[in-house]
Amino acid sequence: MGIKVDLEKCIGCSLCVRACAQNAITIVNKKAVIDLEKCNLCSACVEACKKYQAISITKDAAENGVDINQYKNVAVFVEQREGKISGVSYEMLGEGRKLADALGEKLIAVLLGHGMRSQADDLVKYGADKVYYVDGEDVARFRDDTYAWFVTDFINKEKPSIFLAGATAIGRSFIPKVAAKVYGGLVADCTKLEIDTEKRLLLGTRPAFGGNLMATIICPHHRPQMATVRHKVMKQAVRDDSRTGEVKVVEVSGAGFTERTKILDIIKEVESTVNIAEADIIVSGGRGMQKPENFSLIRDLAEVLGGAVGASRAAVDAGWIPYSHQVGQTGKTVCPKLYIACGISGSVQHMAGMQSSDFIIAINKDPEADIFQIANLGIVGDALEVLPALTAAFKERLGK
Amino acid sequence: MNIVVCIKQVPGTTKVKINPETGTLIRDGVEAVVNPFDEYAIEEALRIKERVGGVVKVITMGPPQAEAALRSAIAMGADEGYLISDRAFAGSDTWATSYTLSKGIQTLSKVDLIICGKQAIDGDTAQVGPGVAEMLDLPFVAWVRKIEEISDTHLKVERMMEEGYDVVEMPLPGLITVVKEINTPRMASLKGKMKAKSAKISVLNVSSIPVDAERLGLKGSPTQVLRSFVPERKSGGEKIKDELPVMVEKLKSTILDLGIVK
Repeated sequence: MGIKVDLEKCIGCSLCVRACAQNAITIVNKKAVIDLEKCNLCSACVEACKKYQAISITKDAAENGVDINQYKNVAVFVEQREGKISGVSYEMLGEGRKLADALGEKLIAVLLGHGMRSQADDLVKYGADKVYYVDGEDVARFRDDTYAWFVTDFINKEKPSIFLAGATAIGRSFIPKVAAKVYGGLVADCTKLEIDTEKRLLLGTRPAFGGNLMATIICPHHRPQMATVRHKVMKQAVRDDSRTGEVKVVEVSGAGFTERTKILDIIKEVESTVNIAEADIIVSGGRGMQKPENFSLIRDLAEVLGGAVGASRAAVDAGWIPYSHQVGQTGKTVCPKLYIACGISGSVQHMAGMQSSDFIIAINKDPEADIFQIANLGIVGDALEVLPALTAAFKERLGK
Repeated sequence: MNIVVCIKQVPGTTKVKINPETGTLIRDGVEAVVNPFDEYAIEEALRIKERVGGVVKVITMGPPQAEAALRSAIAMGADEGYLISDRAFAGSDTWATSYTLSKGIQTLSKVDLIICGKQAIDGDTAQVGPGVAEMLDLPFVAWVRKIEEISDTHLKVERMMEEGYDVVEMPLPGLITVVKEINTPRMASLKGKMKAKSAKISVLNVSSIPVDAERLGLKGSPTQVLRSFVPERKSGGEKIKDELPVMVEKLKSTILDLGIVK
């Protein structure tokens, strides 16, 4: 294992120096020199040197003693809260179906819940060839130990080659524990999944550095190949009542798990009923809203459009709206179909949380605001004036 | 209470800019800092210590210069710093990092509570906290926004979820990851900085941690980076400045054209 510079090929162009996130490369006598103490073998320089191919990383990963040929089929974790299957789960089914078809394998849906037999049956209509339904009061609510135990048990029994889950609060909490148990390769928060059909490998592409760098990750020698997948990026499966498949019900009672945490209470505190991670439309306010009362202008437009309310860190820090509405690197990452940024200047951190939205509208008094650089439509104007007028226009148009 | 805080040294990201010609990250003059989410973890550990007494140990895995991150934590008030550093750990993915960190933590004397930031701002995976919990077989709660109660044997915490929060009770020893909402990290005092300068940092490597060499670094990592690239930035679209009714009409028609408003 190691990284090497081919001195014959290196021309000292320093593209690799700029690509290196670790500041590990310097040019000495017109050749790249890599500081091995700093290098973390991320391969950004290899990519930057594509033209000259002077840098190479040799990988001699261990085989781990796992016979990867034993693993087959694509499995998706179907998330539910209070008996309702979350939107991201239908996205997983849609994407999982595509991957399974590309491999010529089956799609297995894994559902943990209680009294959800009819929903379990329905998962077949949404593309699953097989449904693995763990039924019992102990799995009705999410708890880390229990969920990790049953999903690990599923993986050990069914040996899926690929395992996907939504990159939600639940998925990103317990799926890493499953990966730790089974020595699987887990890629966090993917925005794109593909199959290398020749090598039969999953390619998971994900943002890092707050969305400033994309990385495509593979898991060549371990199974399953696991990924959590960001909301709203993949297309939801379409229901097809003619589909048939098998539903396997696993009883919770008698299983050998222990749970150490106890859920004492579940509190909802989102102001409107729309969760920003699931929303198609988000109207978001920042410092430019000037005072807490003005945030009602954001809420009014969100309501008439049927959207959710978001906020920049500045608005949350000022106490105008709870943290659960914060969009950005220290809040939530969202990708709605429409994001309307009102009085938000567009810090790097805020943009990291919303730049993958399908369509971005920015309303800001300052024509030089950074947010305009990524907005599909920029309105140079005072959000305090534009918002009420726009809300009124939609009320009239939609007859609300 | 013996508290261990896992931290990571990351590039300070606010200055991250993209070179428009080469499309690469510009990192000139970007200093390394303690991962901002880990500062909340350090602060929470210090607050617990102030409430119930105890020792706060900070541990990090990284190159030798990651020692600076430990000194920053000591300047804030942490008692001891441990640096896990060895060439054998280079190229670790989240699995191998969780493995190595958990083995490093096992060399410390009795641990009651481990606190991690929810994720690092460079990798953004949020996988190492739960990974360490699993490998040490500890109870785990992610996304903690408040510690409501703490005793020698239990924690009662609030866990952030998409639509609010769950109140969760967990036994100790255990591991939590914390979110920004939990506190406001203190600034290091002058006295703290002086103390940090001369503090002894213990270095742990392959010979001082009992590890399985097959599970380390690039070799022990299930995942590998196939390629990394700078995403195409969205370029700004139309920008208009006009009379209010004109702009409102433009907004209305643009939004209606998207076909998502019912």
